[in-house]
Amino acid sequence: MNPLTRYIVVSFLFATAGLLALPANAQDIVVGEFASLTGSEATFGINSSNGVELAKEEINNAGGLLGGRKIKIIMEDDQSKPGQPSAAVKKLVASDRAIAILGEIASSRSLEAAPICQNAKIPMVSPGSTNPSVTEKGDYIFRVCFIDPFQGTVMAKFALDNLHKKKIAILQDVKSDYSKGLAQFFKEYFTSHGGQIVADLSYTGGGTDKDFRAQLTKIKVAQPDAIFVPGYYTEAGLIARQARSLGIKVPLLGGDGWDSPKLTEIGGSALDGCYFSTHFSVQDQNPKVQDFVKKYQAKFRTLPDGMAPLGYDAMMILGQAINTAGSTDGTKIRDALTNVKDYPGVTGNITIDEKRNAKKAAVVLEVKGSQANFVTTVPP
Amino acid sequence: MKYRHIKKWILLAAIILSGIVSHFSGGINSYYLQIIIFIGINITLAVGLNLINGYTGQFSLGHAGFMAIGAYVAAYLSTEHSAGLFRALGGPNFFSITLLFISVLIAGGLAAAAAGLIVGVPSLRLKGDYLAIVTLGFGEIIRVVIQNTDAVGGPRGYSGIANYTTLFWTYSVAAITIYVVVSLIDSTYGRGFLTVRDDEVASEAVGISTTRYKVTAFVLGAFFAGVAGGLYAHSTTYINPSGFDFQRSIEIVVMVILGGMGSTAGVAFAAILLTLLLEYLRFVSGYQWLPEIIRRIAANRVIIYSLVLIALMLLRPQGLFGRLPRRGIPIGGATKRAKLPALSA
Repeated sequence: MNPLTRYIVVSFLFATAGLLALPANAQDIVVGEFASLTGSEATFGINSSNGVELAKEEINNAGGLLGGRKIKIIMEDDQSKPGQPSAAVKKLVASDRAIAILGEIASSRSLEAAPICQNAKIPMVSPGSTNPSVTEKGDYIFRVCFIDPFQGTVMAKFALDNLHKKKIAILQDVKSDYSKGLAQFFKEYFTSHGGQIVADLSYTGGGTDKDFRAQLTKIKVAQPDAIFVPGYYTEAGLIARQARSLGIKVPLLGGDGWDSPKLTEIGGSALDGCYFSTHFSVQDQNPKVQDFVKKYQAKFRTLPDGMAPLGYDAMMILGQAINTAGSTDGTKIRDALTNVKDYPGVTGNITIDEKRNAKKAAVVLEVKGSQANFVTTVPP
Repeated sequence: MKYRHIKKWILLAAIILSGIVSHFSGGINSYYLQIIIFIGINITLAVGLNLINGYTGQFSLGHAGFMAIGAYVAAYLSTEHSAGLFRALGGPNFFSITLLFISVLIAGGLAAAAAGLIVGVPSLRLKGDYLAIVTLGFGEIIRVVIQNTDAVGGPRGYSGIANYTTLFWTYSVAAITIYVVVSLIDSTYGRGFLTVRDDEVASEAVGISTTRYKVTAFVLGAFFAGVAGGLYAHSTTYINPSGFDFQRSIEIVVMVILGGMGSTAGVAFAAILLTLLLEYLRFVSGYQWLPEIIRRIAANRVIIYSLVLIALMLLRPQGLFGRLPRRGIPIGGATKRAKLPALSA
């Protein structure tokens, strides 16, 4: 072994020894968070963890929890990569002895971490994983966002009550569970409340289909009042363009899969007057929202996106549950979380239902130019 | 005692030792246990890839693809087809689980080996960069196929896999992989791999079937990657196709290059070093005695990780345990030193 190799080996041994000497303040309440701070979905992780940070500061400045104990967040990056959450969450649970876990936005990474938290009997609160299967992994797994299919109901309500549309055509992505779930719930609510589905057509998403004229021609013949397109922004943009070129003038409706700056880049002016549902809008005049936006801007010097208030609400609800439980015991916190009712969060009044999902209002936005403007909130 | 006998005893000792440690591993912090298991899996992957990239000189960038095949085949079999076996053997007991786990690991390995054969064949006609691109593409094809297979969850990933992987299985597999690769390279037959790497034309001229050696290397390397994939799936209990993308392949290639192409000891060491480094950096930002600025930088552990890689490559371009060719002959020149690195490393 040459000197350099020896040096590396020795320094490594020392470093490993250092692992065992972590300082910890016994008074602090340790909450673990895992998020995608780097990698392909870094903006999600950074924004949600900013929200968590803001909530933590507020709780600590107001005197902490359980009679003056401060919250300490231990943050782990999972690089937006599968395989990483499992190590990160095991570290948080086993080494840092976190009493609860916050994370993730992406459903696939929450699904990886959920069994670990469930086995350790440590409650996990996901700010933004909308896939229904996440909370089905066990009774310690919660979320503060609504699940995918709920947005179908929201848009059906909005179409009936706000837009007064009675005849709707659906154009769904058959390759995506998300899209199929939205379409199914839309149909159920809409038809049972006096609406009529005049056409139900499909396409293959994920960049496969680029030409939707065949389906749109059929829709044009059916003469709907609006078209529900519960897909992602790429297809929604293209569908809008092609619909307008075929002379279809009715508005298009969608879910949070549309919520991207790319939407109007692709769709352009064809999307003017179209609506989609999402979690949060900075234009919402609700004082709770405006207050959050002001605080967020003061601290991070940028406008919050949809993930930041979800992270904030997740931390706040967890803090409240720890106080209600009166202890840092995982099972007691879980019981407190299941009893959360009408918590006034930034993203709406949150009630945790029996499936540990959040029941709360969705925000509906209208596309205008390159912007999406706040229209209304639709309660569950 | 003869050298080859010593190797056998070392293999046996390693397996027994991992069995004993595994038996007492119940008290180990589950995070450390996970990392130790990841290290074992990475050793298997890197040593297997070293047979292709290091000893045979074929540049493969598709190792994560083989791993994915092994992971999905093993996970699918153990999750969906274990009921019959358990019924026949009286429920999930020690014996039936052991039998099931060994069979699904081997099945995963064989499926990956079959894929290795498919990639190995076009590799006969391609060299260097071109081969790298073909293997890269192949790895991506595997990933996309899995992503579009609903039976294993598609893009949502496959969850609910039983947690069968223990220290014993991981390190027995790693020990067997090292044993097979070292014994193979040391054997008369195995010298052929090195001649293929050093000079293909000369090898052909002295009657070595370069075709056979290349395909053998691919099939064996893929087999071990498949078994490692099976171990990985049964350790994290959740797998997602995006975890087996080309970045994962590159991580394994980095282990091979950093350890020293064609040095089994070096590659195994690099697998340990790199797995630990990335995890260790999680702790640096928590050290209160370090100045604030260092902790801030350390929070971006991916940057530090990359910097360490750059520094190591600048200081030791031949890898930690690798050797530079004889003075005066450029790296990659026609006549590399013929001495066996594995024997002396």
